[in-house]
Amino acid sequence: MKYDVVVIGTSAGGLDALRKILTTFKHFDDIALIIIQHRNPISNNYLSNILSDMTGRITLEIEDKTLLKKGVVYVVPPNYHALIEKNGLFTLDTSEKVCYARPSIDVTFKSFADAFGVSVIGIILTGANNDGGQGLYEIKLVHGYTIVQNPTTAEAPVMPNYAIKCTNPDEILELDDIGARLNELIRKNGEK
Amino acid sequence: MTDDFKFSNNDEDIEVILFLEAIKLKYGYNFGDYSRAHIKRRIKNRLVKTDCKNILELAHKAITDEAFFANILLDFSINVTEMFRDPDFFKHLRNEIIPILETYPQIKIWHAGCSSGEEVYSLAIILKESGLYDRCKIYATDFNATIIDVAKDGIYNLESIKEYTKNYNLSGGKQSFSDYYTVKYDHAILDSSLKKNIIFAEHNLVTDGSFGEFNLIICRNVLIYFNRNLQNKVNNLFLDSLAKGGYLCLGSKETIDYSEVKKQYDTFSSEHKIYRKNRKV
Ligand SMILES: C[S@@+](CC[C@H](N)C(=O)[O-])C[C@H]1O[C@@H](n2cnc3c(N)ncnc32)[C@H](O)[C@@H]1O
Repeated sequence: MKYDVVVIGTSAGGLDALRKILTTFKHFDDIALIIIQHRNPISNNYLSNILSDMTGRITLEIEDKTLLKKGVVYVVPPNYHALIEKNGLFTLDTSEKVCYARPSIDVTFKSFADAFGVSVIGIILTGANNDGGQGLYEIKLVHGYTIVQNPTTAEAPVMPNYAIKCTNPDEILELDDIGARLNELIRKNGEK
Repeated sequence: MTDDFKFSNNDEDIEVILFLEAIKLKYGYNFGDYSRAHIKRRIKNRLVKTDCKNILELAHKAITDEAFFANILLDFSINVTEMFRDPDFFKHLRNEIIPILETYPQIKIWHAGCSSGEEVYSLAIILKESGLYDRCKIYATDFNATIIDVAKDGIYNLESIKEYTKNYNLSGGKQSFSDYYTVKYDHAILDSSLKKNIIFAEHNLVTDGSFGEFNLIICRNVLIYFNRNLQNKVNNLFLDSLAKGGYLCLGSKETIDYSEVKKQYDTFSSEHKIYRKNRKV
């Protein structure tokens, strides 16, 4: 199995969870990483700066028609949904909130499921609402790989719980194990 | 465009193409160069609200039921907007652009994709507070006739006013925001003097041409719904419609960097996506 893209969704408190994963993960050059975090509509480049420090990679806050590339970390900007076109360009969208959220994890997950099918890994982390579950389900439907953080040890269990209910994911993992598991899944890429 | 990835086209993508073709043939609207991801998402969202089994059935419904097509049109057009959305942009407009426009005897403004009008009334408020309003003629256009009617009314839900007041203050508003509206039941009715120099009209950026020479064109969060091809075309339309030294304002996440018109502009504010047409062109 060859994975090209990892999409991670979490809500406002998810920064520490992201840090745990991204400081263990090694194979940034083999994938494009997209992060959807619910946040304040007028927050600035704060998140992308932190992520760039965490990963040591080019971290871009997505703008309209930004090109998707491997080795780059993308952050969906506040107050927009992000979709991916089948020529690898992002489209931003200001339409209605989904699950009270914009950006919505569902919107971006569904779009990646449609554009990438089997080569996408979707991950739902700690979070306090129901966003993400439907999107993860669509990734599973096209035989992408689905991972949910164990809700019983998550800071906010609602989002992982709902994702599990919707999807029956491939794996439910402790936060500390997700980075290492991604290393395995993506290392296998090279082996073919 | 990218060699990094393999994208899979699926059967639904074919149905989407047929759907768009059907609408074009029947009603003349061409959504072929809109963002395909956006169009597909809206079609699928609509599909689950109907009893149609697939997108082809939905196409049938759209061409045989005009009232239903009106919904599709709304689905595609995304009319979500706010007053003083991105307050920093409006602050910049007020502090950096207005002083320049102030030196002109007459100011012509085109507000393209004005939706239900919140943004153009925000502009009108800034122009009034700067003492420029009476010298301005503002053309506010959208391709959606239903939404233009809402814009003309200038009546908004009272619930939103709290947020708009916050935005107004952040944007450097000089008065009390409540000076600009009266409350009736659960609605805020904007002061009709704001409308005096605004002309609301239907204009489709895909098919309609230039209709004047403007000192300022504002088109925010509209081009995001187009593919690069159509963006390029519309950017040329804006270029043709701007006076030398005129300003183009796009949405905070939009850019002319990918467009062939780029070299005809100087970047006035990269943060706020404001561009100035070269004087020499
Ligand atoms: C998201 S709204 C933007 C409203 C406002 N400018 C803002 O940023 O808050 C997008 C608007 O673009 C309009 N639009 C979409 N396609 C158009 C076209 N071909 N010609 C003119 N307007 C169009 C829609 O009807 C909608 O009102």
